[in-house]
Amino acid sequence: MELSGWGKYPTINAQVFHPLTHEDVLRCICDNPQNPLIARGLGRSYGDSSLAPHVISTRYLDHLLSFDESSGALTCSAGVSFADILSAFLPRGWFPPVTPGTKFVTIGGAIASDIHGKNHHREGSFTDHVSRLKIATISDGIVECSRERHPELFQATCGGMGLTGVILEATFGLKPIKSVYIDETTLKAKTLEEALDLFAIHHNAPYSVAWLDCSSSGRSLGRSVVMLGEHSVQGGLTPGKSLTLIVPVDMPSFVLNRYTIRAFNALYYNLLRKKRTERRIHYEPFFYSLDGIRHWNRLYGKNGFTQYQFVLPKQASLEGLTTVLERIAASKRASALAVLKAFGKNNTNYLSFPMEGCTLALDFKLDTGLFELLNELDSIVLDYGGRVYLTKDARMSAEMFKRSYPRWQSFMKVRKAYGADRVFHSLQSQRLGL
Amino acid sequence: MKHILIIGATSAIAESTAKIFAQRGDRLYLLARNYERLSSLAEDLRIRGGASVGYSRLDVNNFDAHEEILTTAFAALGKIDVALITHGTLPDQKTCETDFNTALAELNANAISTVSLLTHLAKKLERQKNGTIAVITSVAGERGRQSNYVYGAAKGMVSVFLQGLRNRLHRSGVNVLDIKPGFVDTPMTARFDKGLLWSEPETIATGIVRALDMEKSMVYLPWFWKYIMLIIKSIPERIFKRLAL
Ligand SMILES: Cc1cc2nc3c(=O)[nH]c(=O)nc-3n(C[C@H](O)[C@H](O)[C@H](O)COP(=O)(O)OP(=O)(O)OC[C@H]3O[C@@H](n4cnc5c(N)ncnc54)[C@H](O)[C@@H]3O)c2cc1C
Ligand SMILES: NC(=O)c1ccc[n+]([C@@H]2O[C@H](COP(=O)([O-])OP(=O)(O)OC[C@H]3O[C@@H](n4cnc5c(N)ncnc54)[C@H](OP(=O)(O)O)[C@@H]3O)[C@@H](O)[C@H]2O)c1
Repeated sequence: MELSGWGKYPTINAQVFHPLTHEDVLRCICDNPQNPLIARGLGRSYGDSSLAPHVISTRYLDHLLSFDESSGALTCSAGVSFADILSAFLPRGWFPPVTPGTKFVTIGGAIASDIHGKNHHREGSFTDHVSRLKIATISDGIVECSRERHPELFQATCGGMGLTGVILEATFGLKPIKSVYIDETTLKAKTLEEALDLFAIHHNAPYSVAWLDCSSSGRSLGRSVVMLGEHSVQGGLTPGKSLTLIVPVDMPSFVLNRYTIRAFNALYYNLLRKKRTERRIHYEPFFYSLDGIRHWNRLYGKNGFTQYQFVLPKQASLEGLTTVLERIAASKRASALAVLKAFGKNNTNYLSFPMEGCTLALDFKLDTGLFELLNELDSIVLDYGGRVYLTKDARMSAEMFKRSYPRWQSFMKVRKAYGADRVFHSLQSQRLGL
Repeated sequence: MKHILIIGATSAIAESTAKIFAQRGDRLYLLARNYERLSSLAEDLRIRGGASVGYSRLDVNNFDAHEEILTTAFAALGKIDVALITHGTLPDQKTCETDFNTALAELNANAISTVSLLTHLAKKLERQKNGTIAVITSVAGERGRQSNYVYGAAKGMVSVFLQGLRNRLHRSGVNVLDIKPGFVDTPMTARFDKGLLWSEPETIATGIVRALDMEKSMVYLPWFWKYIMLIIKSIPERIFKRLAL
């Protein structure tokens, strides 16, 4: 079956297994394992993280296993998605502790990429809310781990991109909410510096993120719209219906070009009249603005696209981001979507992406010359002490990876200890030399 | 709160449907063959809000067990508002063409088992004088094609059986729903490449619940299969027999 990540690049013709039970997973990985093998959730990683000649899909590992009504602790199988959790628990007043920008992500994928949300500066990343994991390993069968039991396996698996084994189930805490609405404040920032200042001033806002106009240059380089949010207490818990549009087939690749992108960005920035706007909006457009358009990745055409997301340490953020944005402006390429976010403290997982500082995510249509530009950006990011997010990556070099993820060797030790290096490889892990 | 019996409850389409019932707070009783999956599903449905979730193991090819297990299910639920039959297998058509025993086994699993279950269920619902019997058949049952006619024949048989049953049970206030999905991405079809006409089990599940709520007699899922089948059925046999379908 032909598979790709969300960016549609690269693709691979893979054999896909669909285990229905934990026993099926063990049979798949231990009795005569097909190699190389990697786990896959909903394929929302952008590049080649969940691609290999043999793939274990967690699609049918989709059961809720236990729920503690008093504490909000949920145990579920790894293939359960955020969409499913929201449909089951939102009407009862519970919300995921950390959520990515799409609800079509599995819990297994969220743990393997140690995903972050708009609340990273206050709540950390997803795995900071995970207390326990069950993992199918090559050497030891099913292993239960936590920060106390087999802590090295826990830390390697959280953010470990599926390279330690197959996550079967996880326990994590949902948080209580009173309304499906978000009280949102939107602030315009005329420059990058102003945007970074706004993040600092509003570090107490539960959620914060900025949309950055990366087609602007010169004095308005990095002009942004910063969005702050908190769960409202008004409006109730009735989910409400959202409208879904569908992009049925791949669009011709000229639909998104630098002129349409520039026009769209300028329009968006200028439509916001006031410096500060407040409104109450439904959680769906606040957290999952693009989920309203199913298959929006088809807008980039059949050659696909990639997302370049990097983080820079706090002290280097302003200067580093400016250098990157200037380099992009000079390249005459445009990113339709540029999302800026201030991160809080990092955790101790071996391969987790976040570090205290600023992250920027940029979407680029794939065409000739793009990877050369991204290689240049890599060296800027490296110079400023930053790194690139593995779950968005399809092209980083092994050298760049090893220099920017300094704990990769400790990770490899755990990988070997559990026999994972004999079986689990993705196209990405092979490219990065893991 | 509805009282709902599901047979073949661990099929992907049935699981998605059961999740909707559970989140509405219905009472459920589940029958399926894969016990590990079944017990885990039951817990899932309880967490989602199912008012009660009972279950037992059933291999539908064991016809002799049908009557007793249905009696147990009825007793557990008290009454039955909806009985939904969903089990099925996708035969290897090529093997069926050379080996009658395979064809027979497939006909048993997809048609005869369902006829047996329907016979017992109909007696009970006729006495109860209300409720719905719903069965997942297939668009494949509407016209035989060389690539899939053993499966098609089994599904077609069930559809005709359901027509008669609907006619018979109408007087007793019992509704009979024939659910005809098109291509659905489930374990049954895991080995096929998927294109534009394919649907997710969740989409089919939503359609099933809506058709049950509306007390429909028959439903194509998703809706566009009604028009595809209209076209397929309108092709004259002398042309149809030449097509590589
Ligand atoms: C529109 C959009 C918005 C996004 N927004 C954010 C965001 O705000 N923040 C953020 O951090 N990320 C974001 N992402 C990225 C996404 O959250 C991650 O890529 C996530 O890992 C995808 O999960 P998945 O279930 O699709 O996993 P896949 O893409 O299928 O797999 C991703 C990785 O997880 C591994 N994996 C999956 N399941 C298992 C398992 N059961 N056991 C072991 N390993 C497993 C795979 O091997 C692979 O390495 C976004 C992606 C999209 C498309
Ligand atoms: N997928 C499609 O494209 C499609 C299209 C039209 C109609 N349908 C119909 O939809 C229904 C649901 O199928 P699905 O697509 O959801 O596939 P599925 O997940 O593979 O479900 C089939 C189910 O039938 C069960 N089953 C088979 N033989 C059985 C037996 N002897 N006793 C008990 N259970 C048995 C299987 O149980 P085990 O796990 O124990 O084998 C499995 O749970 C089927 O009737 C199918 O024919 C499917």
